[in-house]
Amino acid sequence: MLMGVIWTLMIAVSILYGCSNGAADAVAQAALDGAEAAFGLCFSIGGAICLWCAVMELMKEAGLAARLAAALRPLLKRLFPKSAEYESIMEPLSANVSANLLGLGNAATPMGIRAAQGMARLGEPGVASDELCRLVVLNTASIQLLPTTIAAIRGAEGAAAPFDILPAVWISSAVSVAVGLLAARLMEGKRR
Amino acid sequence: MSTIFSLSMPLVIAAVAICALFKKTDMFPALTRGALQGLFTIKDMLPALTVLFPAVYMLRASGALDALARLLAPAMAYIRVPPETLPLALLRPISGGAATAAAAEIIKSCGADSLAGRTAAVMIGSSETTFYVIAVYFGAAKIKNTRWAIPAALCADLAVFLVSAWVCAMLWG
Repeated sequence: MLMGVIWTLMIAVSILYGCSNGAADAVAQAALDGAEAAFGLCFSIGGAICLWCAVMELMKEAGLAARLAAALRPLLKRLFPKSAEYESIMEPLSANVSANLLGLGNAATPMGIRAAQGMARLGEPGVASDELCRLVVLNTASIQLLPTTIAAIRGAEGAAAPFDILPAVWISSAVSVAVGLLAARLMEGKRR
Repeated sequence: MSTIFSLSMPLVIAAVAICALFKKTDMFPALTRGALQGLFTIKDMLPALTVLFPAVYMLRASGALDALARLLAPAMAYIRVPPETLPLALLRPISGGAATAAAAEIIKSCGADSLAGRTAAVMIGSSETTFYVIAVYFGAAKIKNTRWAIPAALCADLAVFLVSAWVCAMLWG
């Protein structure tokens, strides 16, 4: 619903502003250009996306995701001390975080949901526990190490080195996860 | 240093392939299975982008995006963020498709290696579709009272918006 309102607003503003601006023809042409550009983009990044997905599937198949999940356990135990007592939560939780790091979106969500359901059973029904909020904050902040889709888009638009944004992405991701978890911790303390 | 980052893709591929060989993974079927997954990723992206690109392109063609950027320029200069990226930041937590359309448009019109283009790429690469994730997780866990999860997640989104711009300005400004 919200997206429908935003979409309608974008189009209405374009037409009104375009007419007042003498750009009505350009606006009309832009609607078709945009649709064509969407197809063009999907085709031009299609190869890169499929190649990455192939490499990611191999990562999973070779057990690299599972090894990373095991390596993350000590850290996650400190972040989720209550859930750490339950193997039925820790297993999907570490798989979720490892899949997020590797950019295995399709694997991350089902695992995250299983962990979330396990955490929900530990607390008051219908109320998000501290640890469940932390899990959600961790998943709303991106921790993907290789942002492949946007790199493919940069490549399609002629970037000299599509992945040269990596250091900036890592810094920005790390700061955002830290800010999210810190904000959660502060609000948690206030309501106790 | 920059060579390492431009080689990051082939290096990761080689590293994964070598690990898989040592693990005696049945490699080729895994690769093709994954490539097929990529097709589904594109299939999921295409409909949303086909609907959202025209809206973003129309806003650009009408001059409204430029007018907004001009209007915001002083305030955005104060927080040192490229003004073109504000619509992207506002759409990012709500819709992944709209954010991708907005970022792709900035990258196209400002240039992939421009400061605004890089900032847009870093913003989208280091954030998630916050409200979608919240809906999926709390929906599945049957949570009604989300307590402070939404404000904390939005703090993280605000941090991405500012920090991406600052780091990009520092590295490529």
